[in-house]
Amino acid sequence: MALYSEKVMDHFRNPRNVGVIEDADGVGEVGNAKCGDIMKMYLKIDNDIITDVKFETFGCGSAIASSSMATELIKGKPVSEAMTLTNKAVAEALDGLPDYKMHCSVLAEEAIRSALKDYERKQRGEDVPGEEQHDEDKDENRFCCCAADTAGE
Amino acid sequence: MIYADNAATTKMSEAAIHTMVSLAQETWGNPSSLYTAGQRAKEALEEARSAVAAAIGAEPREILFTSGGSEADNQAIRSAAELGRKKGKTHIISTAFEHHAVLHTLKKLESEGFTVTLLPVHENGLIVPEEVEAAITDETALVTVMFANNEIGTIQPIREIGAICRARGVLFHTDAVQAVGHLPIDVMLDNIDLLSASAHKFHGPKGVGFLYARKGIRLTNLIEGGAQERGRRAGTENVPGIGAMATALTEAVAGMSESAKRLSVLRDRLIAGLSEIPHSALNGDATKRLPSNVNFCFEGIEGESLLLLLDDRGIAASSGSACTSGSLDPSHVLLAIGRVHDVAHGSLRLSIGDDITEADIEYIIQNVKEVVSYLRGFSPIWRDLVNGKKAFIL
Repeated sequence: MALYSEKVMDHFRNPRNVGVIEDADGVGEVGNAKCGDIMKMYLKIDNDIITDVKFETFGCGSAIASSSMATELIKGKPVSEAMTLTNKAVAEALDGLPDYKMHCSVLAEEAIRSALKDYERKQRGEDVPGEEQHDEDKDENRFCCCAADTAGE
Repeated sequence: MIYADNAATTKMSEAAIHTMVSLAQETWGNPSSLYTAGQRAKEALEEARSAVAAAIGAEPREILFTSGGSEADNQAIRSAAELGRKKGKTHIISTAFEHHAVLHTLKKLESEGFTVTLLPVHENGLIVPEEVEAAITDETALVTVMFANNEIGTIQPIREIGAICRARGVLFHTDAVQAVGHLPIDVMLDNIDLLSASAHKFHGPKGVGFLYARKGIRLTNLIEGGAQERGRRAGTENVPGIGAMATALTEAVAGMSESAKRLSVLRDRLIAGLSEIPHSALNGDATKRLPSNVNFCFEGIEGESLLLLLDDRGIAASSGSACTSGSLDPSHVLLAIGRVHDVAHGSLRLSIGDDITEADIEYIIQNVKEVVSYLRGFSPIWRDLVNGKKAFIL
């Protein structure tokens, strides 16, 4: 049995929307290096429509695939719709993730939401110094929850 | 496929497969049976015992066959603990980077009232014998230190540690799962009282191993129910597996020095090639390591994605990242040698075998370079490091 679905492997091997948007309207970063997963999302928004989205991810195969799929799911969508993106939708679009990798889809959902919140803050004129907004209010270890069996050796 | 994960398991040798099949086909009697077919199986079992004993300088009666390295570790430690407890000694010394078969057994003993001291393994992944000596008290029942580490391959000063233990009257066990069949071992010269080994690490079958226990050391049973293995391990013996293990070990010992010489050169080439990757570091001492083992950390990337992309390019390797170890934390071995979480997640272990060629080594170097660079290309950590927002660790 393969570790991941064909869809996960496809998005892992050929991730969509990889990169950076220098003049992004919203940037969000979640996760931390200690846990081994960081996702950063960049949004370009025009008339409340997400016209472009890029991501950078440090993480395992499913983290990269989840980021890629999440960007596909929100590209071209209104902000209000993107706000409702759930981790479940990301995982389902990938034909499922192993249980102990579901946190990767949660991370993708949170990264999108964080970028959207950053956009909204900027819209309200609460521009924060620096280009990005890291969600510090989140418990940093929340997504650090790999729980597979210990590899046997 | 280029198989570079021999520390996880090895391919069975042709000779070992042949022994296994022929014993299964022709010597299938129960070694405990009195009739000829049973006695033939008993003979095969005892021949295997002699061969295994000879490979490590032991006597046949000092070899107990088990289901593998983990069982041998469990039984060795549990036995030494019981012997200690009878004398009122309830202190055990080990190291922070042992295999979980050792660490988890020690955890259990702690819950039963034992005190455990885990020695530091330092940045080079080596135990200092003087620190073993300093840790020994009148209460110490056992010192257990692995022969060679399974992740970073560092070879411990076993003979010196054994000599200290002997002088202080403390039992000494070594988990030699990664060393047997790969490094010269003589249990007498090396002052070893108890030693664990696993067949599938030296081209034998899975599910078989052995425990060496110096004569006079009374073992505690983990499995009750029969008189097999001198009453110390019940259950009808796995004759085909045990025979195949003996064949594989005899073969491994015969080819050991030639293999070590060749692999060391290839290992060093691999280390030199991978060292060209910026912000990377070799884990463990560069010379006091298994001829087969290379272990690196690459800053800014995560190990599982590295492994999957190498697999796509036909390279089978392993990593100590949390996502591959399956726990919250990356490898306890890498943490024990002082690697912080951020870089421990980006580790790669290559453990090469005799079938590897020079061209394979160059192919691995080239492809690891490409994949690391590709993953760094969209890693937000790498971007922060390069832009000076974060300081490089490696």
